Amino acid sequence: MKPDSITPEIFARLVSLAALELTPEESEYLRTELNHQLAAVQELSEIQLAEGVQPSLHGLECRGSAPRPDAWIPFPNSAEILKQAPDSEGGYFRVPDFSRGEVSE
Amino acid sequence: MNSIHLSARQIAQKVRAGELSALDVLEDHLRQIQTVDGAPGSLRHEHLNPAEENKVHAFIEVTAQRARRQAEQVQALVQRGEDPGPLAGVPVSVKDIFCVEGTTTTAASRILYNFRPPYTATTVERLEKAGALIIGKVNLDEFTYGSSSESSAFQPHPNNPWNTQRVTGGSSGGSAASVAAREVSLSLGTDTGGSIRQPAAFCGVVGLKPTYGRTSRYGLIAFGSSLDCPGPLARDAADAALMLQVLAGMDPKDSTSALAPVPDYLAALQEGVRGMRIGLSRDYDHITYPDTLTGEMSIQAIQPEMNSAVRDAAEVLARLGAEVVEDVPMPNARHGIPAYFVISRVEAASNLHRFDGVKYGYRTGTPVRGLSELYRATRAEGFGLQPKLRILMGMYVSAAQHSAQYYQKALRVRSMIRSDFEQAFDPRGAYRLDALLTPTTPTTAFLRKAVLGDSVLMQYSDQMTVAGNHAGIPAVSIPAGLDPLGLPIGVQFFGMDFREDLILRAAHAYEQATQNAEWRGITPQALRGSEVSA
Repeated sequence: MKPDSITPEIFARLVSLAALELTPEESEYLRTELNHQLAAVQELSEIQLAEGVQPSLHGLECRGSAPRPDAWIPFPNSAEILKQAPDSEGGYFRVPDFSRGEVSE
Repeated sequence: MNSIHLSARQIAQKVRAGELSALDVLEDHLRQIQTVDGAPGSLRHEHLNPAEENKVHAFIEVTAQRARRQAEQVQALVQRGEDPGPLAGVPVSVKDIFCVEGTTTTAASRILYNFRPPYTATTVERLEKAGALIIGKVNLDEFTYGSSSESSAFQPHPNNPWNTQRVTGGSSGGSAASVAAREVSLSLGTDTGGSIRQPAAFCGVVGLKPTYGRTSRYGLIAFGSSLDCPGPLARDAADAALMLQVLAGMDPKDSTSALAPVPDYLAALQEGVRGMRIGLSRDYDHITYPDTLTGEMSIQAIQPEMNSAVRDAAEVLARLGAEVVEDVPMPNARHGIPAYFVISRVEAASNLHRFDGVKYGYRTGTPVRGLSELYRATRAEGFGLQPKLRILMGMYVSAAQHSAQYYQKALRVRSMIRSDFEQAFDPRGAYRLDALLTPTTPTTAFLRKAVLGDSVLMQYSDQMTVAGNHAGIPAVSIPAGLDPLGLPIGVQFFGMDFREDLILRAAHAYEQATQNAEWRGITPQALRGSEVSA
């Protein structure tokens, strides 16, 4: 059995970057599954690429129209958008302050 | 006559001719939902008695009032002698991953449990404009992340109408179940790695993943933006063709939407398969599956009935005049899942960053000291395990120090998967195929809870389908028999870019030729004992 690619330390760093918080049970399950998935993708490293193979961002070239004109189309009912906000005031979304310690994270 | 037994084409034709009222069609289908569906999915997770538990549970929300208004509009047009549209009076369910103004659009996640989108997806808009009745929003895996529909935050999850102890497949499980249980004629699903075709196969219905760009993604809550494809689930190929006709075509609101002309799909069905070249590939008669501890790959047989269904279908098509081309090499098919594990997770992680409790959806109720804590607590409480897993995997494999090894490599493997199909379909090449015929899934519908939680095994359920998403090409899964347990078997046709007409033709020809097959007379368990009088 190979050693885990994702150690508890790497895992904790990932969780922080992902802006998540996990219970110990969740962490155990997720770290195990991540390592299993990484084992499954190891196959990629063994694939011999044919000469000159380019990366594909899409399966087929996008055949859309030329880029749209960069025109501002106001949404007809912006009140409906704001109504979805858990908290808003005077046409703005309201959130708690950044606290000092948080910014450096 | 109960209209639940009519095809979408028959319903539309009768409603347009004034022989059938869209309101009666709607009531028939609402009654069927009442009979077979049971409690809709919700966040409450109540304990259900066994009879209730074994209902179909396809829906999260039934939008009877909306559908009634649409039915009245259709009737008003019919009475005025105006055209009510090609889907007049046809009841349709919509996977709850599409924004529909006036409905809650949850993506089956707590983090969107109260989201009321202020706009409607282009695909849904086109369906309504064509006279369809949007009868409700159906359940799925949370954010579409799964192949069984069990991971929904809205429980009970859908059950397979053929055997309610089995899963529907996923992630468009509610879509497939609602069509199979005759609660609707058609459903709008999405397919990122197989999410239309795999549940269609498990539930014995037709599922079509169109060419990437053929159908608009505007208003679809994104999973893997370079892979996501909205498409129809239906009870036969002609109904899928009818629905695709309405969905297909350029949408200026989706920058990847294609300009390619839209052919007449229903007319194409009549052309038959004489002279068509249908390929078979040995690379699709098994799967290559990793040991999760060592990463060691091993070849595993698939359920034998899958391969015999493909052989039988090829023989049927050969009798109709198609040329069957054996041994078409698809050497990169086996890399589909590893590449997908990387590409789809990177895209998913990127798409999931927008859910933060600020602009819409769930926000944590626990007191927080600042914005960062608000994000963390909201996402911790709002996301289920599968979205969390996808975010973490996506971030890991796209991190600067791993990107070359994983993400950049996966994008090149994607090119190789695409080149397999380009060679097979090349009109001047060795194979010159019109379609490639494969099994849709390695097995028929598995038992509930049998795979849930094993994210690797769950993902390998899509090994037969995922190459189509990497390549961007169209593919359709159609029912092709029942296994010894009475569970539906699906076979799949892959086609060339924008040639949905060809694969639908092959599907339709197979359906016509097997119309009297014994298995076609067998109905799903959920329909037995309920009102089945035709």
